Amino acid sequence: MSSQETPEENLPDEQAADKNGEVAVPGEKHPFADPGLPPHEHRIQDIDERAAKRSERTVALLFTVSMLSTIGFIAAFVAIPVDKSVYIWPLGHISALNFALGMTLGSALFCIGAGAVHWARTLMSDVELADERHAIEATPEVKAKVMEDFRQGAKDSDLGRRKLIRNTMFGALALFPLSGVVLLRDLGPLPEDKLRHTLWRKGRQLVNMNTNEPLRPSDVAVGSLTFAKPEGLEEDDHEFQTEIAKAALMIVRIQPDDIKDKRELEWSHEGIVAYSKICTHVGCPISLYEQQTHHVLCPCHQSTFDLSDGARVIFGPAGHALPQLRIGVNDEGYLEALSDFEEPVGPSFWERG
Amino acid sequence: MSTAHDDDRRKAPAGERVADWADGRLGIYGLAKANMRKIFPDHWSFMLGEICLYSFIIIILTGVYLTLFFHPSMNEIHYHGSYVPMQGQLMSEAYASTLDISFDVRGGLLIRQIHHWAAIIFLAGMFVHMMRVFFTGAFRKPREINWLFGFLLFVLGMFTGFTGYSLPDDLLSGTGVRFTQGAILATPIVGTYISMFLFGGEFPGGDFVARFYSIHILLLPGIMLGLVVGHLILVFYHKHTQFAGAGRSNKNVVGMPLLPVYMAKAGGFFFLVFGFIAALSAVATINPIWVLGPYRSDQVSTGAQPDWYMGFAEGLIRAMPGWEINFAGHTLVLGVFIPLVLFGLFLGAIALYPFIESWVTGDKREHHILDRPRNAPTRTGFGVAWITAYMIMLIGGGNDIVATHFHLSINAVTWFVRIGFFVGPVIAFIVTKRICLGLQRRDKDKVLHGRESGIIKRLPHGEFIEVHEPLSQEQMHVLTAHEQYEPAEIGPTVDENGVERKVKAPQKLRSKLSKAYYGEDSQIPKPTAEEYREITSGHGHH
Repeated sequence: MSSQETPEENLPDEQAADKNGEVAVPGEKHPFADPGLPPHEHRIQDIDERAAKRSERTVALLFTVSMLSTIGFIAAFVAIPVDKSVYIWPLGHISALNFALGMTLGSALFCIGAGAVHWARTLMSDVELADERHAIEATPEVKAKVMEDFRQGAKDSDLGRRKLIRNTMFGALALFPLSGVVLLRDLGPLPEDKLRHTLWRKGRQLVNMNTNEPLRPSDVAVGSLTFAKPEGLEEDDHEFQTEIAKAALMIVRIQPDDIKDKRELEWSHEGIVAYSKICTHVGCPISLYEQQTHHVLCPCHQSTFDLSDGARVIFGPAGHALPQLRIGVNDEGYLEALSDFEEPVGPSFWERG
Repeated sequence: MSTAHDDDRRKAPAGERVADWADGRLGIYGLAKANMRKIFPDHWSFMLGEICLYSFIIIILTGVYLTLFFHPSMNEIHYHGSYVPMQGQLMSEAYASTLDISFDVRGGLLIRQIHHWAAIIFLAGMFVHMMRVFFTGAFRKPREINWLFGFLLFVLGMFTGFTGYSLPDDLLSGTGVRFTQGAILATPIVGTYISMFLFGGEFPGGDFVARFYSIHILLLPGIMLGLVVGHLILVFYHKHTQFAGAGRSNKNVVGMPLLPVYMAKAGGFFFLVFGFIAALSAVATINPIWVLGPYRSDQVSTGAQPDWYMGFAEGLIRAMPGWEINFAGHTLVLGVFIPLVLFGLFLGAIALYPFIESWVTGDKREHHILDRPRNAPTRTGFGVAWITAYMIMLIGGGNDIVATHFHLSINAVTWFVRIGFFVGPVIAFIVTKRICLGLQRRDKDKVLHGRESGIIKRLPHGEFIEVHEPLSQEQMHVLTAHEQYEPAEIGPTVDENGVERKVKAPQKLRSKLSKAYYGEDSQIPKPTAEEYREITSGHGHH
């Protein structure tokens, strides 16, 4: 990485400069040399006062339009009701107030900008000027002075000599941020086995998400997709969102003969199977069901699962099958869970195993 | 003496007296002497960075306004505002207050839409601005640190945008948050802990809106504001780069003075950008959360898409096969974790690029003259390859939209993305390099033989020729102003005494890279003065 690695001759020359650093002038020897800044070319406004006047009026007009627009903005704010909708081609029915405020504000601002830019382009001097650049890095003298100052400062501090002070200071500085780290501990609980359990357990009835009624086997027709939640979980419960994020179910009825997976058949009831609705990829709720093939598709990342074959993944980025809930029918004829899910629902995680 | 001095004071205009007062306390005359007539070169592509700066200011202004009305709370309430379709519906206060901003606060919808549009333009502006800096080599010494500042702004901008559009707690953004949480869970060993700590428990819990809020309005923009200021100070300090041209050298900067021209143009441009975004927000709806409905962790809408700048991350996640490895009671979720790592590496590559290139060239000099992309074919090839991979992943992120709009199979689109991510950049690199070399040849041709004039001349013996006009001195200078490196050689591995010299692996790699960058196949030698003289002094131009 050191500069010695690259011999000077491998670096390109400064354009058209002689080896001794002099700037080249165009001519026989340097046909491509920099001709230098061209002479300034006058704009029409520089030579014709009428053109300059026109520019002046244009700029003033733009600033005036801006003032009028601001007045229009205030008028619209006061006059147009917030819920009024208006038809504007080709946008369709849109909020009148939003349209009026946006257009007037846009015009007020845009005209200020257009005026300033037009002013700069046509009336302000357009003579190009050159500034010199100076090397960013310091001269050797400055650097030597700084190094000397630093050495003196370091020497005065005795930091290098009194190792006890140095080491304890580093120790103190290294340790105190730990307080801040410890304080972050209560941001949340430890994971423990929270991701392994849902509200489902033996005997809990399956409740239709839409009607809020317990489900009977006869409610589930072949070809339909029913969403269900555990009985007792209500929408306005404090923990509803968190619990339903794990417990949401998809229920479909498949002809028992069509069920290819043996365990799936065992855990079903008369061909009614209940699967976790939460995708095993990154946790979107699955909502698309193709009744002919019994495939379900997650609309977020298109993972596709075959519900007639243990909900195994047949396409997309999901890593494993959807967990199935073992269901049966209770004495009153309602569908019920026979246990919690046997494996964690939703996305995979390190401790899942 | 003192009375005369006092008389001067009294006679000075009010503005000067205020300036005197300030100078006595702040030393403003010293600052103004160096900067008031500071020269700024002009080129349309230099305005891209200005668009970013101005949209950032607009975002801060409108964002402060929005905080006055937004309630960062996940408490569930029944909605009773003026948006009829949602009457009585259960939703978080965050969602309800966003509805209020959109339907009950006069001008609230406009400011919300300006805020969101400005954010989208901010990110797009940074993306294009970075491309400009990359392809013209403006990241070279002494500007590498400013490149990193800009890179950090881009990455932080992505996360500020993400935390921002998650705040309304609508069905779409909630899905995005769920996706993020699922991705966090895939992190080996610490994933579940990070998730629990970020969300205050299991997803979604009742905390994340408030936490994202403080990240979105304080933590990230605070850091970004610091970086923006640092970025601008460095732009000022380094002075602007410029393209080669008559009178423009590596030792000077040619353009217009800050006062008045640049100030009027740049200041005016702020109003142009602001005005454009305001008008856009008047006519184009962005993020209509009232259509989407409040978030429910068991519901989802189809066609869910993040804002564009998160699209390529989405593509990585969608295209990756679902690999999972189970061992010793643990799960390594490669199907999600690899995209997560790739996301970091892919972005990190552009952050590191200036350091890689300067290592290959071994060039320690300052560079203030911009490269034309064609004159750095390998760099340009890398850049286009990177953009190709990015764009392919952007397609992957919208594979469902692409499939439904163009009536394609989603599986086919996904497979195209999977293969294209590897093949596309290679093809793009090769094609770009060829195009660059072709353009270099054309430049050389123009310098030596002049430009085609379009005038056809018939010679006495019947032959038709096209008259070529010689280029002006300035044009010839511009076309030959670029620097050409020679590939670094390792040199003989055996010295004059026959003793073998050990060549370290990094040195070998560097030599190979240097050859790839600057070898015969990677650049067309510039026309030389001899070639030019030979042709022009001979039988005239043709």
